[in-house]
Amino acid sequence: MVSNTVLTTGLLLILTGLWGVLTHRNILRIIIGFSLIGTGTHIVAVAIGYVKNGTAPIIDRVLNMSEAPSRAVDPVPSALVVTAIVIGMAVTAIMLAYTIRLYDSKKTLSIDAFTESKW
Amino acid sequence: MTHRIFVVIAIVLFGIVFGSVATSYTEQHSLRPLAEGYVKLVPQKLGAPNVITGILLTYRAFDTLGEVAVLFMVGAGVVLVLSAGRRPRAAAHSPEDPRPSSEIVQTGAQVLSPLVAIFAAYIIMNGHLSAGGGFQGGAVIASCVLLVLLAYPQYQLNIEFLSITESVAGALFVLAGIAGLILAGGFLDNRILPLGQFGAFFSAGAIPVLSILLGVKVGCELSVILDGFRPEPVGQKDKV
Repeated sequence: MVSNTVLTTGLLLILTGLWGVLTHRNILRIIIGFSLIGTGTHIVAVAIGYVKNGTAPIIDRVLNMSEAPSRAVDPVPSALVVTAIVIGMAVTAIMLAYTIRLYDSKKTLSIDAFTESKW
Repeated sequence: MTHRIFVVIAIVLFGIVFGSVATSYTEQHSLRPLAEGYVKLVPQKLGAPNVITGILLTYRAFDTLGEVAVLFMVGAGVVLVLSAGRRPRAAAHSPEDPRPSSEIVQTGAQVLSPLVAIFAAYIIMNGHLSAGGGFQGGAVIASCVLLVLLAYPQYQLNIEFLSITESVAGALFVLAGIAGLILAGGFLDNRILPLGQFGAFFSAGAIPVLSILLGVKVGCELSVILDGFRPEPVGQKDKV
């Protein structure tokens, strides 16, 4: 039940981000849309790894080694999301760097001003 | 107007796909075989209580290495995109002497940045015992650097030092991997060092060492990226 809610939230975030990317004309808002898509994907991935009544896959006083396989959540999506967050941040940095250069060339942040590569 | 219609159609189609995913999803009641293998193997074979760190720094450590390479490329790319042929912005936009940050920000940075740095070290060093690890700690280091840069806009980071530290950490990471090929089961195997007592601070073989190297590398790379976004200081001409 928990993961259903989380999964729906993540999917709605992806949709919101997609809508933002497609409708807004300001490049910074488009980048925020891409960030929302990325965050939604991370939430969806973590939600898919949830196991009913599971806990974090860290062996300590609460979770001993013998019962871990039956009570821990899936560690693979969590490990993937750790790397995906870092890569998402890197992609955002590159997008922002290009935005600064685009602003330098046309003195505007509107995507409508950049018509050279439009088909 | 037609643009709007296409946007609505695309969103609705994606919504249908996502809706069918959300409605047909059922919670798992047990782990998949791969995940079950990791949950069993990481504490037993690697001696690391945190299964996720065990996956990131031993079983899939090669991916982690590739990922820090991606981060390095992004750092180089940001510096390349922002520095080549760029006019000094200080002359065009801001006055000669930019306004210093307020006293609240400066005092906050002075009080918080040592604490944040200690917290980063804690996160990195306990990556094999509790939630944390090299990536997370490296990001916290970078947030500390960002705080200092916000409080003291004129502060010059020593980019050469950061680059050399980052290269050394990367080289040591690869050397630890090659040592795994020779001394243990394969590339980046953590059993080149004794596993120690399960749950102790010095345990889990090479995982804490790899964690430190990863944290240092990620922290340096993110700091270089942050520095790349700052406008060029007054008086410094283009170095093209």
